[in-house]
Amino acid sequence: MIEIRIHGRGGQGNVAAAELLSVGAFMDGKFSQAFPSFGAERIGAPVMAFVRIDDKKIRTREDVQTPDYLIVQDYNLIGSVPVLDGLKPDGLILINTEKKPEELQLKTTAKVETIPATEIALEIIGRPIPNAIMIGAFCTITGLVRLDALQEAIMGKFPGRVGENNVAALERAHEIMQKR
Amino acid sequence: MNQSAEELNKVEKKDLFTSGHRACGGCGQALAARLVQDASGENTIACVATGCLEVFSSPYPDPSWRIPFLHSLFENASAVASGVEAAYKALKKGPVNIIAQGGDGSTADIGFQSISGMFERGHNVLYVCYDNEAYMNTGVQRSSFTPLGARTSTTPMGNKTRKKNMPLIAANHGIPYVATATVDDFRDLQRKVKTALSIEGPKYIHILAPCPLGWGHHGELTVEICRLAKDTGLFPIYEIVDGKMTNVKKIPVKVPVQEYLKLQGRFSHLFKKGGSPEIIAEIQQIANQNIERYNL
Amino acid sequence: MLKQIEGSHAVAEVVAKCRPNVISAYPITPQTHIVEELANIVGQGKLDAEYVNVESEFSAASVVLGASAAGARAYSATTSQGLLLMSEVIYCIAGMRLPIVFTIANRAISAPLSIWNDQQDSMALRDSGWIQLHAEDNQEAADLHIQAFKIAEETNLPIMVCMDGFILTHAFEPVDTPDQKEVDNFLPPFRPTNIVDPRWPRGIGLFADPRFYMETRYILHRAMEKSEETIKKVSEDFKKAFGRDSGGFIKTYKLEAADVVIISMGSVVGTIKDLIDQLEEEGKKVGLLQICSYRPFPRREIYNTLKDKMNIVVVEKSISLGRGGILASDVRWSFPRAEKKDRNISSFIAGLGGRNITKNDLRYMVEKVEKEPVELEFLGLNKELISEKDL
Repeated sequence: MIEIRIHGRGGQGNVAAAELLSVGAFMDGKFSQAFPSFGAERIGAPVMAFVRIDDKKIRTREDVQTPDYLIVQDYNLIGSVPVLDGLKPDGLILINTEKKPEELQLKTTAKVETIPATEIALEIIGRPIPNAIMIGAFCTITGLVRLDALQEAIMGKFPGRVGENNVAALERAHEIMQKR
Repeated sequence: MNQSAEELNKVEKKDLFTSGHRACGGCGQALAARLVQDASGENTIACVATGCLEVFSSPYPDPSWRIPFLHSLFENASAVASGVEAAYKALKKGPVNIIAQGGDGSTADIGFQSISGMFERGHNVLYVCYDNEAYMNTGVQRSSFTPLGARTSTTPMGNKTRKKNMPLIAANHGIPYVATATVDDFRDLQRKVKTALSIEGPKYIHILAPCPLGWGHHGELTVEICRLAKDTGLFPIYEIVDGKMTNVKKIPVKVPVQEYLKLQGRFSHLFKKGGSPEIIAEIQQIANQNIERYNL
Repeated sequence: MLKQIEGSHAVAEVVAKCRPNVISAYPITPQTHIVEELANIVGQGKLDAEYVNVESEFSAASVVLGASAAGARAYSATTSQGLLLMSEVIYCIAGMRLPIVFTIANRAISAPLSIWNDQQDSMALRDSGWIQLHAEDNQEAADLHIQAFKIAEETNLPIMVCMDGFILTHAFEPVDTPDQKEVDNFLPPFRPTNIVDPRWPRGIGLFADPRFYMETRYILHRAMEKSEETIKKVSEDFKKAFGRDSGGFIKTYKLEAADVVIISMGSVVGTIKDLIDQLEEEGKKVGLLQICSYRPFPRREIYNTLKDKMNIVVVEKSISLGRGGILASDVRWSFPRAEKKDRNISSFIAGLGGRNITKNDLRYMVEKVEKEPVELEFLGLNKELISEKDL
């Protein structure tokens, strides 16, 4: 079973990111569970969402405490929230930032990847909501969910132009990560 | 206690409702709450209902309140405040400013029984209503303050009922002071709070507090939206002192309601293809009726 | 159709297919997504129903009471504070034998304020004469609603379908939602027997003096006991129609060889099953008895199933303050005193106010009861937050 924890701020589509990953995994023939860490969150407040993916039915309801993967939608959370807690030593963390992984100097043995998701979102979608880029990059790196399953998930949730823009952003992220 | 005109019109900044709370950026209610508490001063007990204000300002262990804060349930802030007031009377303590505070639900819906009782019994309590026209805390569901045509998560096709007129309902209880205000006019809002607190008996202040998230507009537009709410006639500004309407803010240049509605995502469906010009016309009619009735 | 869907939306979709005539609810976290989705379904014309937006839960319950008494199939959803606020009406509905179905998105109770999950709310109304069914996951939550309308209308008893707030309501997982035709085949139109109608004038909710009141309670109690047959039959019929094991009285997991038996209900059962499998790999034999029907209480099933089990531990998300575990108390009562012998029944309170329950917490619980019985313990307590002077 793979466990993913998503960190972001309210308004960045963290819960949607978890939902799309889980729907994508489902369309890819896997079992998946996604849920938010719910607080009385407001726009701008730190938020977490969790995803589990497995080849068999997922029964546990615990919080995700030792994630294999972290997706960090707001780089600035790293100083103020214990984002890295529990990340498996051989895990992977994908961070939304223009900086390169080496520049971040994170105290972790896990692999670090970065992508300037907000910039790409502003360019392609016109709003600073990085989630489609983040999950696109994430799935390209990990191969956990096929890109076309993610595309289907996005179009299912966001019909029309919003969906198309998000799919375009997803594809851009895929291109970028593939080149690396 | 009578204050001088100078004192009444001074903008207070006392940091009694301090920063670091968890409100959304641009929250009208957070701004209003700060202004209210500062206008009242340190000698205040806040009885707050469940809702956005309570949830974003009072999580253990770091609440924003630097004055005594009492929260019980969603529907009973007025009754709880009545109890605090009764205790102060019985124990011959005070004087103290007791301010019951809440949003749509705790004022006009689930808390309606409670506020009516408080008014009717004549408790020396100021009730401040932060009107953001829906149940914002639980996810933008409609309330009896949701205006005609507004989209909420429980009126996805647009609200079909008219906004409940709470200030007049309050006044019809025979209470000595009622006022409406908007969050953009600091001086006016604080003057009204100070005026209310100088009067003995139940008082009611109804503040229009836009919610950028729920109304679908950028936080920077809050001031503009307040202005348009007033200048269209949709939100009249006035005081009712001992049953007489006074200090009605006249509208210099009347603005058609479209100017106000089109800035907000919650009304966007009225303007789309196959939209609803008849609903816009009805909203304009409401504005016109207000202009006539309140002589704006 | 099998979909990856949010629990709330699965429930809303399935409830809509049960063709309620009147829906009335007051929004309260974490039930909101259910009632919003129903507003959407009605607003889009996919369900022909009256959707009444009320001003409080008290009124929501009152509206569905009136609707049901007038012959409509009625539905509402609430939780926590809302359920307590409408508690007067809840008792009325049961006393009036109205077959109303509610979703309870289980949540903790103020004060202090908590929007997170536990089962104190439905527990507080356990004596009210409502059938209470607990869902293990979102598939079961959806399925139980279909069964609930059928059970309610056959027994004239109202039903709370309980699902853990946030943990289930806000979780995305695969749920197979049946299509309209399948639901129509399973759930026939409502034929009310107990309504206000000028054609057959009758009074509902009369005044009963001491000569009459007691028998009404006896009848209600016996009706609840008798509903056991219907609850089991509807679950079996559901399995025949939809191919799934949902509902019923109890379910068991790896019980046969178990040395320690855990009893629980609701979503934590999933975590318990994972732990049981883990412990099995380590050579430990632990089993689960999962309660689906909490009211009526499956006393005989518990006794018959666990007669030969000597080490039982109950873990629950509720507490009777000043007494102890509520479910534990019910379980202890299921075994006649004379037969107690060396049987240990331990009581653990867990997950209150949304406190995360980990497999490690549960493992600690199992290891503890292997050594000695536990009268009452709070699982995962943070001792740093407690001081003697708080008492």
